[in-house]
Amino acid sequence: MGPFMSPFNNLLCMLLGISFTVWFTLLLVFIIVPAIFGLSFGIRRLYMKTLLKVFEWATVRMERGAKEKKHLLYKPYSLNSIIAKEPTSLEEELKEIRRNCSSRELDEFEMSDTFYFCRRGIESIVDDEVTKCFTAEELESWNLLTRSNNNFNHISTRLTVLWGLGVVIRYGFLLPLRHLLYVHMSVCVCRMKNFLSEKVHLMCYRICVRALTAIITYHHSENKPKNGGICVANHTSPIDVIILASDGCYAMVGQIHGGLMGLIQRSMVKACPHIWFERSEVKDRHLVAKRLSNHVKDKSKLPILIFPEGTCINNTSVMMFKKGSFEIGSTVYPVAIKYDPRFGEAFWNSSKFGMVNYLLRMMSSWAIVCSVWYLPPMSRQEGEDAMQFANRVKAAIARQGGLVDLLWDGGLKRGKVKDTFKEEQQKLYSKILVGTQEVRSRS
Amino acid sequence: MGSTSSTLLKIPNVEVLMQETGFSPAHIIRLHDRFKALDKKGRGHLCPQDFGAIKELAMNPIGDRIIGAFFSPGKETVDFHTFVKILAHFRPVDKNRPKEPNSPEPINSRSNKLRFAFQLYDQDKDGKISRDELLKVLRAMLGMQVTEEQLESIADRTIQEADLDRDDAISFEEFRKVSPEILHSRCFIKAPVIMLMERDC
Repeated sequence: MGPFMSPFNNLLCMLLGISFTVWFTLLLVFIIVPAIFGLSFGIRRLYMKTLLKVFEWATVRMERGAKEKKHLLYKPYSLNSIIAKEPTSLEEELKEIRRNCSSRELDEFEMSDTFYFCRRGIESIVDDEVTKCFTAEELESWNLLTRSNNNFNHISTRLTVLWGLGVVIRYGFLLPLRHLLYVHMSVCVCRMKNFLSEKVHLMCYRICVRALTAIITYHHSENKPKNGGICVANHTSPIDVIILASDGCYAMVGQIHGGLMGLIQRSMVKACPHIWFERSEVKDRHLVAKRLSNHVKDKSKLPILIFPEGTCINNTSVMMFKKGSFEIGSTVYPVAIKYDPRFGEAFWNSSKFGMVNYLLRMMSSWAIVCSVWYLPPMSRQEGEDAMQFANRVKAAIARQGGLVDLLWDGGLKRGKVKDTFKEEQQKLYSKILVGTQEVRSRS
Repeated sequence: MGSTSSTLLKIPNVEVLMQETGFSPAHIIRLHDRFKALDKKGRGHLCPQDFGAIKELAMNPIGDRIIGAFFSPGKETVDFHTFVKILAHFRPVDKNRPKEPNSPEPINSRSNKLRFAFQLYDQDKDGKISRDELLKVLRAMLGMQVTEEQLESIADRTIQEADLDRDDAISFEEFRKVSPEILHSRCFIKAPVIMLMERDC
């Protein structure tokens, strides 16, 4: 048995050894070395183009298959699918309702005025902007991930085979590869703690980026944030941090979390002066503002990275910016981040998925494709208060990224609507009714 | 994307529902998705808190009355059928519907729409809007922005003009006379984008 098996054993060992060496070399040459020097071979872009062609083919196939079987296929929500909303004001609406009833002016109450509020109420039951912001965007075409398909039905054999192949590639090849890269990265961090922390940081983030197969396009790099400024961006997922930090060094601000996030945060603090807060401190806005402004005054410290929305939004719109970071008075460098949802949904729905589950989904998607635009720096102008400045920055970011600019507060994800909103509606209506009456009685 | 026939099959009695309400299959599916999204706990029915979670509705001055319209007296839950039937009030009137003498009035007839609006005022369902009920609605719509006297004078004037039989309350017929032609929502006019595989839907 012994001498007979040993040539095979030897051969097997040799083969394994060779394949490992080859694999390692490939890994080193194509992924780690370019990460260290910030170069790119363009392999990921080629991968992206190929995937897009495959998705187009899959869509055509689904349409054709459905036609043959006489099924009704429906495309999900475009922004105005069920409600044809045109922006009209309360006044115009009331005038329109009253037009058919009597030719009286808009200064007296009519019983039909409730129709307007009734209509708005029903429209919001059928569809409302805020709930939509906190669920993942629906895609126009299928990207061969079961998670983004509403009900998977067998349309054609070829498509099912393709989907099966996709599953095998994503879970059998991409996921382990990315997981291994992550492990490599943490090993590197441990060993090179003593080196120049900036270089190490950039390198680590670049390896992270390759670990996730993130294909990022940076626009207008001449506007990149400088020391002593505040960088402000729209927030979709924790990956935003990795994306921005792989192209520049920032000091992070945020709450200390528990679990996996907390571990990452604590390890980051050891290398760089980040600003982490305890939950209790966050409530004391003055303390927070003081720490931030101290950091900003020191020109040798890195620019602060802040996400003023305060929570993850699903990347179709930008919600209200909290004014805290705009009160400090330093230069603000706005950044717009837009993900391409066709390759993988990057939005972190924290009420549905935990961090680990989310990372798993990220690592088993096709890729993470996004564009980052560095906008020219802005400062608060004379006579502008913090809220107006925040809105100006928000409008610029929304415009650049092609996102919808909403006035709603991101805190609505978890909290109730404040009564002040209802009062606003009441004020508006009463101004129309009673305001004109007062004018008449005075004259 | 997905095939719709399987989604439609999951909804019980969907044919009856489509016939009663006049919604197309695409609309029914869209409403079913919305129903499921609102029913966060997945119980198969909605309760008032689920409606309360809609932020724009919470902001609406008569939001809680609208929510109340979905729940029949004594019931704490609303299932999908009732949900769709109530929303059917807001479909635009079918102008070309043939007038069949024995068929029941469609849900989105002008009369039924006005009845829905009437119900928002008439909370005790006695068939009349009393002065008190009118005051309550005015208070809801105007909040603290007007004084009590202004409210009372508005209520008095409204009743004076609309109340024809001088019983100090507004009946449904009187309400009808002072109401305009339109109470359809711009909802449900534009159908969702469908890839039409069948001729009509």
